[in-house]
Amino acid sequence: MIVDKIKKRELPQKNKKTNIDIPIGKWVKCTKCKEIIYREHLRSNLNICPNCGHYFRMHINKRLELITDEGTYKKFDLNIETTNPLNIEEYPKKMKALREKTDLPEAVTAGTAKINGEDVVLCIMDSGFLMGSMGVVVGEKITYAIEQAIKLKLPIIIFSVSGGARMQEGIMSLMQMAKTSAAIAKLNKEGLLYISVLTDPTYGGVTASFASLGDIILSEPEAMIGFAGPRVIEQTIKQELPEGFQTAEFLLEHGFIDKIVERKDMKNFLHKLIVMHKKKGSE
Amino acid sequence: MANKITAWDRVTMARDLNRPTALDYIENIFDDFIELHGDRLSKDDKSIVCGLATLNNQTYTIIAEQKGRNTKENIERNFGMPNPESYRKALRFMKQAEKFKRPIITFVDTKGAYPGIEAEERGQGEAIARNLMEMSQLKVPIIVFVIGEGSSGGALAIAVGDHIVMLENAIYSILSPEGFASILWKDGSRAKEAAEIMKLTAKDLYDFNVIDKIINEPKGGAQNDLKKVSEDIKKEILVSTKKLTKIKEEELVELRYKKFRNMGEYITL
Repeated sequence: MIVDKIKKRELPQKNKKTNIDIPIGKWVKCTKCKEIIYREHLRSNLNICPNCGHYFRMHINKRLELITDEGTYKKFDLNIETTNPLNIEEYPKKMKALREKTDLPEAVTAGTAKINGEDVVLCIMDSGFLMGSMGVVVGEKITYAIEQAIKLKLPIIIFSVSGGARMQEGIMSLMQMAKTSAAIAKLNKEGLLYISVLTDPTYGGVTASFASLGDIILSEPEAMIGFAGPRVIEQTIKQELPEGFQTAEFLLEHGFIDKIVERKDMKNFLHKLIVMHKKKGSE
Repeated sequence: MANKITAWDRVTMARDLNRPTALDYIENIFDDFIELHGDRLSKDDKSIVCGLATLNNQTYTIIAEQKGRNTKENIERNFGMPNPESYRKALRFMKQAEKFKRPIITFVDTKGAYPGIEAEERGQGEAIARNLMEMSQLKVPIIVFVIGEGSSGGALAIAVGDHIVMLENAIYSILSPEGFASILWKDGSRAKEAAEIMKLTAKDLYDFNVIDKIINEPKGGAQNDLKKVSEDIKKEILVSTKKLTKIKEEELVELRYKKFRNMGEYITL
């Protein structure tokens, strides 16, 4: 709920410095190595900088392509919208604009899919939608997906990317933390597998609820993950934060994630885990 | 008359240094209280006080966020901002309450979970998440009192209960008004304005069905009649204990699940 100033990794589409005659929007600058990259090269390289290996954020559709068997993703029939509980005037307008811009209805998609032939329930969040923040709709979709996993007796995988609970929905966003976590408790009672995959950035109320409750917690390399945002911490303790603080590697070292998995290996790794959790002799 | 009190007035009252803290209420409400310490992992973090209390021959497990009553105490209590060790201590006592089948009373009063380097290193997010998950399945009644500031996940981590009560001038919110304004408008100084739209007063939360009951305070705030407010909290504890202990374990857990499951309305398209 706290992250407001996590650096935007994906820069605006124009590049003023380029003097080559290439249309605006075809180039991006890598925030890590500052290299100017041709957008198509980035795309064909799984949104990873071909120069320095830095991970750019990913649109839901791109992630689906990468993780699921082609044509197997079926979105749950759950078309819902916020009631704007705090009556913030700009909020519905902002949502409308974001829907058009991102071609997504909200900051998460939830459904069923196959991963190398294995059935799963899958949720994927998107940072392009109010920094993947969790309001009532996101909380409801995640909870619904967990309940469907119970009903269908399937493993569930959630890809998180989020600044935390959504400010625009106030206390109702906070309550989604309890709602999603309670659903995970139910899933656990059923003995079903939950794999949580953290991607850059995962913070606040999402870290402090379902994202931290996986049986197995994976992360992409160098993803920023934490509860409080770096700026809030710096302001509180009045000192600079150490190098590498709140990276996936930092969390791995402190015992809060199981493994860092590269983007190119993620699908096969998830598949392996799913197969290893299948009950012996059940077939 | 109550209408003239703005949301920001309530924020100010909830933060008033003279406002009674959890330990003030505990002393006044219970016949006996023993504080017990430590998370059994690394530390006794003092922003959350845990222990056993008795009232009319019923033993309760107490979990309370504790602010200091002066500077010295505030340093000891980390200004009521818990580290992960506090949440893990709280969880240890919740599990113990379940083992001995006794009700849990929690007192919520925090600006939020502590944002520090060590808190992150030791998994602040994980500690809160685990409490939310575990509390949802506890087989004993949980009665929650929001007595001052109930801010963010740091408050919710001890507030997943069956019966949730707020004092009239307490606040309960996603984040402090300062934090809210800073994220939404990139300007923390607009906190006053934020407070008015956040719907963080007891009345707002009652209308949202986030809380079940409001306990009135004397004019000027709870500190003006600690005895009376304590007496009202005591009554509420006795009445809800009687009600909740009658419910079968599985049903209690299911009712709690539904309570939080239903939080948040949406429009179906």
